[in-house]
Amino acid sequence: MQLPEADQLIATLAESMRPHVSPDTCLVGIHTGGVWLAERLHALLGLSQPLGSIDVSFYRDDYSAKGLHPQPRGSRIPFDVEGSHIVIVDDVLYTGRTTRAALNELFDYGRPAQVDLAVLVDRGGRELPIAASFCALTLPAPLPAGQNLQLERDDSGALTLRLIHA
Amino acid sequence: MRNPQLNKHGELQHLLTLDGLPRAIITQILDTAAPFTEVAEREVKKLPLLRGKSVFNLFFENSTRTRTTFEIAAKRLSADVINLNVATSSTKKGETLLDTVDNLCAMHADMFVVRHESSGAPYLIAQHLENTGRDHIHVVNAGDGRHAHPTQGLLDMYTIRHYKKEFHNLTVAIVGDVLHSRVARSQIAALTTLGVPEVRVIGPKTLLPTDVEKMGVRVFHSMEEGLKGVDVVMMLRLQNERMNGALLPSPQEFFKVWGLTAEKLALAKPDAIVMHPGPMNRGVEIDSAVADGGQAVILPQVTFGIAVRMAVMSMLGSH
Repeated sequence: MQLPEADQLIATLAESMRPHVSPDTCLVGIHTGGVWLAERLHALLGLSQPLGSIDVSFYRDDYSAKGLHPQPRGSRIPFDVEGSHIVIVDDVLYTGRTTRAALNELFDYGRPAQVDLAVLVDRGGRELPIAASFCALTLPAPLPAGQNLQLERDDSGALTLRLIHA
Repeated sequence: MRNPQLNKHGELQHLLTLDGLPRAIITQILDTAAPFTEVAEREVKKLPLLRGKSVFNLFFENSTRTRTTFEIAAKRLSADVINLNVATSSTKKGETLLDTVDNLCAMHADMFVVRHESSGAPYLIAQHLENTGRDHIHVVNAGDGRHAHPTQGLLDMYTIRHYKKEFHNLTVAIVGDVLHSRVARSQIAALTTLGVPEVRVIGPKTLLPTDVEKMGVRVFHSMEEGLKGVDVVMMLRLQNERMNGALLPSPQEFFKVWGLTAEKLALAKPDAIVMHPGPMNRGVEIDSAVADGGQAVILPQVTFGIAVRMAVMSMLGSH
């Protein structure tokens, strides 16, 4: 499958978000790909609130089966969640479980006025009733479970989408 | 022989002692603790990792601080915590340790946090659980006799790493009643495992174990010599309740020779930190001016202790 350029998708995503964000909108990236993406969107949209990040390791529903991530990076929410407009940012939307964990974690910081979800790619395969508010690319057919689609970053900071066959 | 603290996949099964615990596991605990420190700053100070699990605090010996910090740590991980002050209950009626454990297992315990006046009691429980095929139940040693107090040792390592960043370039002094101290044993084991090049113990001959050099430490019988140039001063509590016989002339006499005062601390590096596991005997092992001074990190130790205990319990509870 030919994957589009990540930069092009990021630009598309930013443009689709632009009419719906204000300078006070807060972005929260999900580790690790979502954080890189959120950094780009933050700059493209000219937002003033500091960027947040979430590591959902402590909120995963498969914790008892898979165990704890050996090096959790922790979450950083440097703004007041109470009453704010938040956009959760992730590179790829798949089962929806990561989004659910991020929502749970976010609500432990306070009660936001509104939460949206922005993703670069929707690969299908949802296991929960979760949908993206903003999505640059929806795959025509769901990817098989054995395949892993993710954002990667090289030393120069350039982002690429990569499909890994397990 | 397999390390009794690790399961067949090499994961932490019980935390009994830091002696013989691989460096990678100690580092993993410290790394896991780091993100837990910020949970206290949230609106909801809870994570769902141990939701639905029952943690039994089994204290055969009194301890308010350790029990409380374990309780807070377990509650911040959403576990149900049951505190048993065993010193005043079933054992008084003649129940054996393992009968108590079996009864609590019948109540579906998932984890035991054990403090006992006899060295090895947590081992006995861990072994009993293994022999009876109850691998899903974990034991954390919260202090056994003179043997070990691993979570105290770990929180001390976390504190040192927080202020000093690295271990490989440090000189650390442990001062006072090493003989009666399970804290000192755990500290020495952790410091040497983490590669601290020079660990010193400072104290009177009567309060140092006879073979203390075998633990890989340098022994000093003078504060003036021992404190020279150190990066970290770890004070120990004078354990009056564990002493029998005349090991010491008097607390005042002890303070004069072995108490940490500002003058003695001035011999250490200017940026040296002062630690104490608590509870402090002011005017016995430490002067108030030092305990409340700018180099003391005694209260941060307590705060870090919660994050470290959360890390241990979440690692145990994950399998």
